[in-house]
Amino acid sequence: MTVPTDTRALRTQGARPSRDGGIRESVVSRTVAMAVMVVATLYFLTPLWWLLVASTKTRSDFTSTNPLWFADFAFFDNIAAVVTYRDGVFLRWLGNSALYAGVGALLATVIAAMAGYAIAKYAFRGRETLFNVILGGVLVPATALALPLFLLFSQAGATNTIWAVLLPSLVSPFGVYLSRIYASASVPDEIIEAARIDGAGEVRTFFTVATRLMAPALVTIFLFQFVAIWNNFFLPLIMLRDENLFPVTLGLYVWNTQVSQIPDIRALVVVGSLLSIIPLIVTFLALQRFWQSGLANGGLK
Amino acid sequence: MATDTAVRPSRAVRHRRALAVFLVPFLSLFVLFYVVPILYAVYQSLLTVERDGTFGPAVQVFGGLTQYVAVFQNEPFWSSIGRVLAFGVVQVPIMLGVALVLALLLDSPLVRGSKFFRLAFFAPYAVPSVIAAIMWGFLYSPNLSPFSAVTSSVDFLSAETVLWSIANVVTWVYVGYNMLIIYSALLSIPQEIYEAARLDGAGQFRIAWSIKIPLVVPALVLTGIFSIIGTLQLLAEPQVFQSFSSAVTSTFTPNLTIYSTASVPNISLAAAMSVVLALATFVLSFTVLKLTQRRASL
Repeated sequence: MTVPTDTRALRTQGARPSRDGGIRESVVSRTVAMAVMVVATLYFLTPLWWLLVASTKTRSDFTSTNPLWFADFAFFDNIAAVVTYRDGVFLRWLGNSALYAGVGALLATVIAAMAGYAIAKYAFRGRETLFNVILGGVLVPATALALPLFLLFSQAGATNTIWAVLLPSLVSPFGVYLSRIYASASVPDEIIEAARIDGAGEVRTFFTVATRLMAPALVTIFLFQFVAIWNNFFLPLIMLRDENLFPVTLGLYVWNTQVSQIPDIRALVVVGSLLSIIPLIVTFLALQRFWQSGLANGGLK
Repeated sequence: MATDTAVRPSRAVRHRRALAVFLVPFLSLFVLFYVVPILYAVYQSLLTVERDGTFGPAVQVFGGLTQYVAVFQNEPFWSSIGRVLAFGVVQVPIMLGVALVLALLLDSPLVRGSKFFRLAFFAPYAVPSVIAAIMWGFLYSPNLSPFSAVTSSVDFLSAETVLWSIANVVTWVYVGYNMLIIYSALLSIPQEIYEAARLDGAGQFRIAWSIKIPLVVPALVLTGIFSIIGTLQLLAEPQVFQSFSSAVTSTFTPNLTIYSTASVPNISLAAAMSVVLALATFVLSFTVLKLTQRRASL
């Protein structure tokens, strides 16, 4: 560690600021720090603000009024236009995304948690090898698997089905990794032993006792898998042809490619984009207590 | 003791059964949807199509490394790799640098309201890449943008600039996520370490530079590796930008090249490209891991 030497060197240089110097430095640094924060906030939030404002505008106001401030309020008309367009195909896409991401992430979390818990709490032959192979899976990006999965599903004649998108998203190697770390740290062996003495089976102990102790990690896994599936684009793009099976990202992408032929669709793309991100932002805000502690405790060791 | 030994055999059996219940679901899915597809892609990449004359039926036969030779001679594929490497060399350090600075500021006593800022910076992560690209596509368009003063003098969608315009979209989405990972690492540093430094009169900047940054190197390596993987796999953003800019070709990034090759359809060549890209990704992230490990241990 170089840390102690560094600070000692600092002291021997003798260049300690007086008390006044210290306060002045902190006023200047405070101002600079807050300025950086404000600029960063503008950078990150302005596009979202623009999207929100644009979604409330009539078609003519969209191009003719200040893009960052409200004009005639047509938000609900715009929403009605999106959800009724082509027999409500947009709502169907939202539903599909909720199904793929909700069911997929829930099952993926349970499956990964069981595997991670088992690797953490049971000694068996090949345990470390198994864990390393799964860890290698973390480094395999979803997009790299899309084409191979397509080839495989087309062999089985199962492309263009719900399963082609849902089944591959049940696997979360990162979830196994996080569950193992978290289970080792937060599920004491004594508790498992106590449950055994009480006569509870191993599986029941996991579901009634361990999952409760692992809750922050489970919420983290669920959320990140949910986002990963909701955002996944290549797999549905390559697997699905039937528009009724599209997730909302793929649907909006297709609409956006049609803007040059059907200019009116642009307003639908803008409002649809806003509607598609609201569920994610709400989920993140509602669960922030869990995923922030989950990341802090397990994600980095 | 006597009861304990009597129970043990049955308990071992029970554990084995429990172990199977815990592990079999994940392992079977992992094999089916990770291992088998990769093996199948490798198998497919070793095939080649042969025809009897020009109009004869196409037959797939074993072609050895024919497709790999074709990949190495495929100029668009390599220029797409070059393009994402250039992208990564510029974008990844900027993104992680900004994420590190913001995380350090949030962790310092200089900033008030850090909870609000944390959420504000993280919010873009909740926006899917496709939606983020659509949104920024509008923001770059001269006639729609709120920043028309800028967009009328700089063309963000030209052949020279569009790669960097896409880099901005990726940065916008992922800075907050990376910041949060680094910030979590900062939170786990014990406070006592700072006490000593403060007694020695070290300022915030000095503490950040000499104590905090060295201690979050593992988090930086982690985020760096995931960023490199993400860069090589770039797909959704350029795919969307094809609607906004004719400069984004169907071979703009490796994954777009693979997608357009597969839709020809030239499945075997696309499979070989996938294998090469996966290997390149793996080698690159592994190298970064090793290099940074060596530097960190100095």
